[in-house]
Amino acid sequence: MKTKFKMTKNFKNNLITYGMVIGAYVVIQILSGTGNISSLMKGMLVPLCTYTILAVSLNLTVGILGELSLGHAGFMCVGAFTSAFFSKCMGIVAPDMPGAIRFFIAILIGAVTAGLFGILIGIPVLRLKGDYLAIVTLAFGEIIKNLVNILNVGLDENGLHISFTSAMDVKMSENGTFIIKGAQGITGTPNDSTFTIGIILLLITLFIVLNLINSRTGRAIMAIRDNTIAAESVGINITKYKLMAFSISAALAGVAGVLYAHNLSTLTAQPKNFGYNMSIMILVFVVLGGIGSIRGSMIAAVILTLLPELLRGLKDYRMLIYAIVLIVMMLFNWAPKCIEWRERFITKIKSGKKKKEVS
Amino acid sequence: MSFLTYLINGISLGSVYALIALGYTMVYGIAKMLNFAHGDVIMIGAFTTYTICSTMGLHPVIGVLAAVVVCTVLGMAIEKIAYKPLRKASSSLAVLITAIGVSYLLQNVALLIFGANSKSFTSVISMEPIRLAGGQLSITGETLVTILSCIVIMIGLMLFINKTKAGQAMLAVSEDKGAAQLMGINVNGTIALTFAIGSALAAIAGVLLCSAYPSLTPYTGSMPGIKAFVAAVFGGIGSIPGAFIGGILLGIIEIFGKAYISSQMADAIVFGVLIVVLLVKPTGLLGKNIQEKV
Repeated sequence: MKTKFKMTKNFKNNLITYGMVIGAYVVIQILSGTGNISSLMKGMLVPLCTYTILAVSLNLTVGILGELSLGHAGFMCVGAFTSAFFSKCMGIVAPDMPGAIRFFIAILIGAVTAGLFGILIGIPVLRLKGDYLAIVTLAFGEIIKNLVNILNVGLDENGLHISFTSAMDVKMSENGTFIIKGAQGITGTPNDSTFTIGIILLLITLFIVLNLINSRTGRAIMAIRDNTIAAESVGINITKYKLMAFSISAALAGVAGVLYAHNLSTLTAQPKNFGYNMSIMILVFVVLGGIGSIRGSMIAAVILTLLPELLRGLKDYRMLIYAIVLIVMMLFNWAPKCIEWRERFITKIKSGKKKKEVS
Repeated sequence: MSFLTYLINGISLGSVYALIALGYTMVYGIAKMLNFAHGDVIMIGAFTTYTICSTMGLHPVIGVLAAVVVCTVLGMAIEKIAYKPLRKASSSLAVLITAIGVSYLLQNVALLIFGANSKSFTSVISMEPIRLAGGQLSITGETLVTILSCIVIMIGLMLFINKTKAGQAMLAVSEDKGAAQLMGINVNGTIALTFAIGSALAAIAGVLLCSAYPSLTPYTGSMPGIKAFVAAVFGGIGSIPGAFIGGILLGIIEIFGKAYISSQMADAIVFGVLIVVLLVKPTGLLGKNIQEKV
């Protein structure tokens, strides 16, 4: 009986999370239907979905697996570029392909390649521990960004031509076109990403992550996080489960990358969108929302993405205020003295209420 | 001859990385935290010298001294306000994110005061280049001063840590905070001292970096900061000689990579070497390997 009750509690918790996403979707659809939403906000909707998916997927690595990854943007970059590459090639080779099918395959390609990169990088990286693991993931992220920046791919009737040196060395025939042109990236990706698709992808992400957490696999992963030696001694295959969590997290980041790439007409790999700054940004969502709390990281992602936009009126001061808010929130949430003070404050309010009731 | 030129340039760049990496590694050794704001302290140091020397027109020596003072105070203030309350937090990630917040804060303060345009930093070193081998090999004053000051600082730091009481206290705190406190060591004071020394070194590194590469923006510090962090990990984070060796090697690899392989791929090469080193020796070149026992 007890276990059954626990299951339903988990289930209820998950339903609240799904409900929140669907509720937000309905509210925004109603608002935009009645014209109560600014064009600025409309432009923010797909990025909001992207960042939320990223935050949820990174929480799988940081919160559930318990390893600090600073290269999450690298996987997003892989997903973004492979899917945009596919979409653009299809636009040239098979222009008649329906957009929905093309985008569906693009999402699959983005997720699978990012997941494969997750496995490839995970095999060496997951042997390391703690901060060393963090710095190696950061290094991989930077390498991916750097390589994408110098990659040139052209397409003509003879097939693909790839060069890592310069656009001149691609050597394709005259009627060929560039798919990826070095630092200029990919231009003319079809704008397939919509808010609805973003929400559907977010729900799928949530479904995968929440089900994983509450499964036997998820419990094995959390056992490894809590005590590797103890987990190993009860027969849990450490490498397998670590790699599984890491690659699923990478694949979901790839999905976010697909969404990101198909929302822009020009896709370039800059430090701002695929560098370590972005990885750190996602990590901020996860930590501020509560490590291991899926709902928390979603809320943090939404608030922190909207905050700079909401503060736009303050012009030059907005990023300054953003930084101060970030520091203050971290201190308030995590400093032992602040936590103690908060608890005392809450008990004071509660005891005050009780006194009133008694009198 | 070009090989020697590249080598000397590499050592010079590596010296700057080593100075920054010392700050990372000392703070990590003592407070067990990755101070992501360290790179931005470099930038603040460089801007201080820029203001004193270029805007006010005072002597470069005053500029450098001012940068050291400003950064020392800044480093201690950051530690006191942002990091100290989180020292006993349940997750070590909390202080990491706060450090990122401090990094954003410093960048944006600099952005507000100095603007986003790149400033051209006048070198604080006015020395004629030395020509060797019949003029084929020329070493600029900046290069020479950078390498020399790095060596002097390194020796001074080693003497300080091994010969003075404060230095011994730093070693003790990095080994075991609780035991150090029981021995009567002022742990909070020692950590503050570590931040002060690290930030002072960052100020010097900032001035030297901008003397060699004279463009100064609010984001100048972030990439060298990350590279120096890589250098610290490369040499074994927590180890002071490791930071020195890691920094120099990283500088040489970067310059050689740019010169002989591909200038666009320099960053990928640097990070690739780091990955290979860590896979072969998971705690860096001079890091201690601590096995967890049941």
